[in-house]
Amino acid sequence: MSSSETANMPSVATRLGLANWRQNIIYIGFVVIFLVFAIALHDKGFLNPNNLLNIFRQTAMIAVMATAMTYVLSAGEIDLSVGAVAGLASVTTAMAIDAGGPLSGVLAGLATGIVVGTFNGLLTTRIGIPSFLTTLAMMGIARGVAMWISDTAAVPIISRTYSWIFGGGSIGPIPILLVWMLVLGAIGHVVLRKTGFGRRVLATGGGETAARYSGIDTRSIKFRVLVISSMAAALAGMLYAGRLQSGRFQLGEGDELSVIAAAVLGGTSLFGGVGTVIGTIVGALMIGLINNGLILMGLEFSQQLIARGAIIILAVALSQSRK
Amino acid sequence: MTFVAPAHAVAMRGVTKSFGGVKALVDVDFAVEKGEIHALLGGNGAGKSTILKILNGVYVPDSGTIEVDGVPLTEHTPEAARRAGIAMIFQEMSLIPTLTVAQNVFLTREAKGSFGFIDDRTAERRAKALFAMLEVEVDPKALVGDLGTGQRQLTEIAKAISQDAKVLVFDEPSTALSVADVERLFAFLRKLKAEGHAIIYVSHRMDEIARIADRATILRDGRHVITAPLSELPVETMIGHIVGRRSRGLSDVVRVETAVREPLLELKNVSGAVKPRNVDLIVHRGEVVGLAGLLGSGRSALARVISGIDPIFEGEIAIAGKAVMIASPKDAINAGMALIPEDRLRQGVIAQHSVLSNVTLAMLDRLSSGAFLSAERARELTDEQIAALRIKAASRDHAVRTLSGGNQQKVVLAKWLATAPEILVLDEPTAGIDIGSKSEIIHLVRELARAGKGILMISSELSEMLSACDRILVLSDGRVMDDIARADLDDPQTTGDDPVMRLQAAERKLQMVIQRALTRSEADHHVQ
Repeated sequence: MSSSETANMPSVATRLGLANWRQNIIYIGFVVIFLVFAIALHDKGFLNPNNLLNIFRQTAMIAVMATAMTYVLSAGEIDLSVGAVAGLASVTTAMAIDAGGPLSGVLAGLATGIVVGTFNGLLTTRIGIPSFLTTLAMMGIARGVAMWISDTAAVPIISRTYSWIFGGGSIGPIPILLVWMLVLGAIGHVVLRKTGFGRRVLATGGGETAARYSGIDTRSIKFRVLVISSMAAALAGMLYAGRLQSGRFQLGEGDELSVIAAAVLGGTSLFGGVGTVIGTIVGALMIGLINNGLILMGLEFSQQLIARGAIIILAVALSQSRK
Repeated sequence: MTFVAPAHAVAMRGVTKSFGGVKALVDVDFAVEKGEIHALLGGNGAGKSTILKILNGVYVPDSGTIEVDGVPLTEHTPEAARRAGIAMIFQEMSLIPTLTVAQNVFLTREAKGSFGFIDDRTAERRAKALFAMLEVEVDPKALVGDLGTGQRQLTEIAKAISQDAKVLVFDEPSTALSVADVERLFAFLRKLKAEGHAIIYVSHRMDEIARIADRATILRDGRHVITAPLSELPVETMIGHIVGRRSRGLSDVVRVETAVREPLLELKNVSGAVKPRNVDLIVHRGEVVGLAGLLGSGRSALARVISGIDPIFEGEIAIAGKAVMIASPKDAINAGMALIPEDRLRQGVIAQHSVLSNVTLAMLDRLSSGAFLSAERARELTDEQIAALRIKAASRDHAVRTLSGGNQQKVVLAKWLATAPEILVLDEPTAGIDIGSKSEIIHLVRELARAGKGILMISSELSEMLSACDRILVLSDGRVMDDIARADLDDPQTTGDDPVMRLQAAERKLQMVIQRALTRSEADHHVQ
């Protein structure tokens, strides 16, 4: 279509044609899956407002963690510890609320994120252990600590205020979890697209040597994205705790895969340099949508796992097939 | 206009730098004025890249001083050099492919709009204005990853200019550029010069130097040889200074006339996707054929096509009179060919693996019985090769990484010799290795030829090529421009017993042939 005017620069035509298609596949896929479920499951209450709001409630934690994961992947790193950190933070928060009230609970949760993130960041940037390994090890450590300090038992949260703000509440018909997701998503999007920090994150993942030559402290960038990721994971854990009115070490188990899948589905590159928070949020919603639809279809858990895996592979394959 | 201020743009005095025991630079003076294009010349290992890296803050000099615009540089870091106004135009090194042109130009100095948010529209406008001022066409919105080499280079230059660089260093900038892009680059360099920028220009292409540079400094073996205006340096004189009087080492390779036998490797009209183009070539049994030419002349591309790494586009390849289809490296190996690749550490060896596992890598099939490797036979084979090539390693189980460059290269050779190939293609077999190993490898090449192998050898070091080869093909722009018997390069006037002198005379002659081939191939290009 625009080939005549760009004949002397075919690469640009390729980019306009393919990159847009690639970027938009997630949105198209989202709409297609939504329509399929709306038709196939209309008699099972898929379109019921309550069901749709439920999808948001179930997706919010994944979306919060995936927003931060977008930064980590964009900087060319990865964080596998997010699910375990969410579980640990839910436990520390619940225990601190029990001991000192909601405020100390919030502080304890955030502190958990900062401590874990600092470890991940220091090990990765100062000692030079690849973040894949650092965070894989941290996954076990965080989960283990959570089990140990909670004695593998759920820690109940009695504070109504806390449960309302972090998970259970709603403003009119809008669940508070949706608010968390949208506010953090919006901040995440603007910071990545519009600030010097966001640009440095993308530059670090896009070409680390070139970024360093351009005067960017790439180690500091990597450190910071890993801390951000752990803090987002801790916040997700606090949201889980608020929603379920308890902290449990099992919370967030396996979430790291959904979180990474959400980001990659949305168009963020596993190889760094390319990331979009809006895409990530839609990717997270898509995963929530698929889970919800498969449950309504009455599939067994085993079948759900298989179907979900297949759909994610298909979507990622479509979104990644460049050239 | 030209000399705006009395201070030199750059003045390096008495710069010395050693790596381990090797002196890379000895007491070198190098000064560049504002508003001049200053060529920096020298053969491989002359010290050009070392002095540039010192100027750029990558290396710290052992002694000597650097002044930029009259101000002494006290701190030797890339950051300090950049602040002083020195910009190195790397081949794509400082650009991020996933960002746009404008985003790259203003990286870390982004235009800010309301709320302190990045304003890419303003950056694009400013980049556009910058390119307009420089009178070049680059789309500020394009992704750098989508640009061609010429456009990337312009983006790098724009980035440097926007950072207020006063001294621009170009290291072989034209290598990857098309003829038209080179013209554009030159026009652009003249403009920068007129604006008072100092430009340091490194190239092996004498014709380019003659066209663009005002003065030249020539280094040889880490020492300053001469600095003079181009008007006083005709190409012959430049080559004379670059070649100079080399130390002995290679000249002890005695080339006995080997009996050239039947043709072993024949190429008819072979072309690759871009290079090589329509190459005809014959290597006989017992013959070493050299491929000479500058970077980008298509020597390595030809080697890759022959050995099945790059696809052949047209033409045919015959081995021992029989046409063969070579569509993959495996086909080439089965046909009796072995490529000793250019990039030793990436393509040649697995550096963290042992000598044994590297030497046996290409013939695992022949060392296995069933699914199992015979450790016994692998050890025997490795020990044979270590002895035959005199590889100096603590043991066959030590990682190749722990060996010296010369011994690493011998491991690569051992790996391929173990497969008993008929034809060897050697791409820069002695790059970055010490003179002792170098001459051992050249001896080995001669021995292999005497044993009836056919050898194709690429080297940028002409003295080495002259020592090893029976015949030299000169390539330019992917084509074979000349086919010269080694004996024809001997200068009948330079007789006498000194082999060093004879080698140097031949080297000067070959240099001239290469430069002429370049001019001719470009003339062809313009006609087309």
